[in-house]
Amino acid sequence: MSAAALALKGVSFSYTKRQVLDDVSFTLEPGEFCVLLGINGAGKTTLFSLITRLFVSRGGAIDIYGYDLHSQTRKALAQLGVVFQQPTLDLDLSLMQNLRYHCALQGLDSGELKARMQTVLDEIELGDRADDKVRALSGGQRRRVELVRALLHQPRLLLADEPTVGLDIHSRQAILQQVRKRCREDGIGVLWATHLVDEVETEDRLVVLHDGKVLAHGSARQIMQETGTDSVKQAFNSLTRSDAS
Amino acid sequence: MTFVQYLRCLLGITLRESLRFLHQRERFFGALVRPLVWLFIFAAGFRSVLGVSIIPPYETYILYEEYIVPGLAAMILLFSGMQSSLSMVYDREMGSMRMLMVSPFPRWYLLLCKLIAGTLVAIAQVYLFLAIAWFWDVQPPLTGYLLAFPALFLSGLMLGALGLLLSSAIKQLENFAGVMNFVIFPMFFASSALYPLWRIKDSSVFLYEICRFNPFTHAVELTRFALYGQISWIAFFVVVGSLLLFLAGALYGYDPARGLMTRKQGGG
Repeated sequence: MSAAALALKGVSFSYTKRQVLDDVSFTLEPGEFCVLLGINGAGKTTLFSLITRLFVSRGGAIDIYGYDLHSQTRKALAQLGVVFQQPTLDLDLSLMQNLRYHCALQGLDSGELKARMQTVLDEIELGDRADDKVRALSGGQRRRVELVRALLHQPRLLLADEPTVGLDIHSRQAILQQVRKRCREDGIGVLWATHLVDEVETEDRLVVLHDGKVLAHGSARQIMQETGTDSVKQAFNSLTRSDAS
Repeated sequence: MTFVQYLRCLLGITLRESLRFLHQRERFFGALVRPLVWLFIFAAGFRSVLGVSIIPPYETYILYEEYIVPGLAAMILLFSGMQSSLSMVYDREMGSMRMLMVSPFPRWYLLLCKLIAGTLVAIAQVYLFLAIAWFWDVQPPLTGYLLAFPALFLSGLMLGALGLLLSSAIKQLENFAGVMNFVIFPMFFASSALYPLWRIKDSSVFLYEICRFNPFTHAVELTRFALYGQISWIAFFVVVGSLLLFLAGALYGYDPARGLMTRKQGGG
């Protein structure tokens, strides 16, 4: 049996006194698009910080394609492509310079990947702006560059932390379509954190995170059935309300 | 990861730091104007006030301008080291620090690359400053320029590591301004950059002791001796020792399991 793209077992975390994540467990298989749904402050970004090893969990285990993040950190991280919530492009560098920097951080030869870099920029219709500074791009364009950059080294697991936040509806759709396509065609696992229920499709795997706890985990359709609701929004409201009561 | 991949990572980070520096013109000119103001104006004004006797590594009486040039070169490294840590705080807030940290290279190596890149950019500024000082009649032997490189490199790494250590403990950009005032200015003035230590000893033995323990004094002296083809072993060992100490502290600060980052950040 092949290893899960991502497996979390009993992950907990607290900032000094405040418990942010409490016994979080779920798995994500290769080729799956998994939405981590939760309101702001639910613990999504903290969970991402743990999976990317910016923080270390106090309890539990995180495996990425079978590599234990704690004991096989570098092998585990090598499987990852990450789009952080905060913008991480250098505004004063060109698109190509940003992509080259990413290659260097992965130990890749940017000369060999030049054609590929041009191709991915062409795919997002920014091929003719490769030498423009990032500062000259719109918010949506910048996010799309971040996305292709995260996929440039062909990771097997993509983590995207609210990548569409602050974008207009067209940019959001374009980015979502782009990621879903890569997930489908390349078989990569995707963990997509969001607070926007309309980004969830019924066939997606869904993890509902609320106050640091996983309230539901399964396909969106299955969760809707279990909660006796007709939409993801209703299911989410039903779960979070019953948790609060 | 192979040796070539490690090298690619170092070159990539160095290239990025260089491009960022070149694109920030005000930073470029600021870095150059600061020591030149000291050299052209301050030194000219104080030349007649401060007499400098013959002290090693100088073999003859020298003008005050010549005395302060190594100190000003070290000042460039000091400001640059702190500015580079400012960029770490800024990077961390902007998120690109996260990008660096999720690279599959060991974290100590990534921080070291960042440190080396920042130091090389600073040394380029120092040589530009020394070239201008040459036309101001501050002309150490030509071999001194070559021999100064390792001294500048070690000093730059040491000051950059101190900046890195500070950046791991600073929560926000606002706090950084305070650290600049509490670190840069005391380090610079309580050193042999502007006046020989024997002159300070004449005024206050206590202050003299502080200056002697200031690692920046030793960065200045290491640079001064190297520029004149000599080595000050005491300065060398203090600089290397301080470098190791600051670097260990910075690596601790940026270690996710033990460090300060976790305690400082709120979660969403």
